[in-house]
Amino acid sequence: MSLSPPVDGRLGVAKTFKLYVGGAFPRSESGRSYPVSDAKGRLLAHAALASRKDVRDAVSAAAGAGKGWSGATAYNKGQVLYRVAEMLQARREGLVDDVVAAEGLTRKRASTQVDAAIDRWVWYAGWTDKISSVLGSVNPVAGPFVNWSAPEPTGVVGVLAPQGSSLLGLVDVLAPVLATGCTAVVVASQERPLPAVGLSEVLATSDVPGGVVNILTGATAELAPWLAAHAEVHGLDLAGAPAELAVELERTAADTVKRVLPRPATEADHTRVPGTARLRAWSEIKTVWHPVGR
Amino acid sequence: MTTTVPAPRTTGERGAPLADVGRDEASLRRFLHGLPGVDQVGLERRSATLATRSIKADSKMRAIDMAVSMIDLTTLEGADTPGKVRSLCAQAMRPDPEYPDVPAVAAVCVYPDLAGVAVERLAGSSVGVAAVATAFPSGRSSLAVKLADTALAVDAGASEIDMVIDRGAFLTGNYGLVYDEIVAVKQACGPAHLKVILETGELAGYDDVRRASWLALLAGADVIKTSTGKISPAATLPVVQLMLLAVRDWHRLTGEHRGVKAAGGIRSAKDAIKHLVAVNEVAGPDWLTPALFRFGASSLLNDLLRQRRTQLEGHYVGASYIGSA
Repeated sequence: MSLSPPVDGRLGVAKTFKLYVGGAFPRSESGRSYPVSDAKGRLLAHAALASRKDVRDAVSAAAGAGKGWSGATAYNKGQVLYRVAEMLQARREGLVDDVVAAEGLTRKRASTQVDAAIDRWVWYAGWTDKISSVLGSVNPVAGPFVNWSAPEPTGVVGVLAPQGSSLLGLVDVLAPVLATGCTAVVVASQERPLPAVGLSEVLATSDVPGGVVNILTGATAELAPWLAAHAEVHGLDLAGAPAELAVELERTAADTVKRVLPRPATEADHTRVPGTARLRAWSEIKTVWHPVGR
Repeated sequence: MTTTVPAPRTTGERGAPLADVGRDEASLRRFLHGLPGVDQVGLERRSATLATRSIKADSKMRAIDMAVSMIDLTTLEGADTPGKVRSLCAQAMRPDPEYPDVPAVAAVCVYPDLAGVAVERLAGSSVGVAAVATAFPSGRSSLAVKLADTALAVDAGASEIDMVIDRGAFLTGNYGLVYDEIVAVKQACGPAHLKVILETGELAGYDDVRRASWLALLAGADVIKTSTGKISPAATLPVVQLMLLAVRDWHRLTGEHRGVKAAGGIRSAKDAIKHLVAVNEVAGPDWLTPALFRFGASSLLNDLLRQRRTQLEGHYVGASYIGSA
């Protein structure tokens, strides 16, 4: 994925990557792009610099895809997510290259990150048909009712991906959104967007329906306020939010009563196997009171 | 741009300089085939240019309100019920209950058997009742049936009739038959406005659209309308532009204003605003009124209301925030 150095007198193939919206790869509506450098400051490629209108388009795509994805059976969702892990595995070497270039890790440590990301994806794929058993319940009530609670997907979730861990961190916050049946609009790490672009190419060639995941690259501080204010976004993950904007984003999100996962003080250690916190965050519990008797 | 037909010698009674054209099939054919051919590349390029016009802030709000006031809010489903038509009427009179300053739409468009329900609900409001007639949408029936269909709608109190032309007859070159049918239906309409649907998606190219537009205008159509909405492609910008050219030329020749209705396929506020730009640039500002330009649409209204709220509230609004009939 990185700008290939001249080999045997060949010119390198310069790349300008695009956004991933609604299953397609459009340029930014604004026509803008920005240079992306590797950890040592050398130019890698250009990435699309998304605008607020791209946020709007991505949210429309995510909202449109919501019905199909949330309505898919848990078994089917698990299969689809597992298929993504298969495709990640098939592209492992390329993703390792991306992570090495983006994060400046040794090849060995980058490999560990990519393997962990694939394993994380498989882990969340396994959760799809277990969420309702773990988060749902049949409740004892003092009355002639059968009373039960079941989780339902929150809806469209805006994800500000972690700024540091460009692939594992992204998978760590994105996979639970999909596992619960929500659809996602992701703003990739601003300085390290290329692994996210690689992931979007994996998603486009796996069985994830178009619009279920939408990945924008660009300035997080520019896009986040529009995502936080958009009334069709039902949840907001502030994992990669700029520190100085975090509070304001939460305040904005409150205007339309979004679920918000606050920005952690320091970036989480994504290598640790997560609990069910994110699955809980993107599930709404619906409780049904059903009268008994004839 | 020059007119596409020779300059008028006289003006006065309805369509005066062209009164002779509909005399018989031969003169009709001579006139329609004498119309200049359409420059497809030029037409499509002009449409593309008009579509790039950026409309911002205040102008956008005015354009949105204007587009709302031009909508024929339409339901033409086999599953239509009196209840559905009544709720559509409620939305037509007050499109966005949270913003009472949104203008009412121009009309509600229904099948003739439900026109009575709409008339009853809309009595006393500014909203008209349009009914499709003449064996909509295919137009495949006898003239007697088409006239009875029209009478059903007119008797129920519809103020506008949307008729379809016989595309089969048009495509076989039987212009006289199409002309006579429009004249007969126009007569059956009485005081009601007649909109003639050309169903441009079933015609063979832009030249046919121009001929069908002139044929309908000659036969007395008050408004020429692109499509039934049942065929794709429906209203495209180049086709609407051609029809606007026809009514503009008609006005230059006869001094009469005839209207255009773009129906089908216009779903977003952005599309609607592109059409308004074309109306202003091609036909002229005279046509920027619900009397002379209409949108036939069902889902367009919701997108306009959404964009309107986005303008007012400063952030994007979800589709689920806008109720629809």
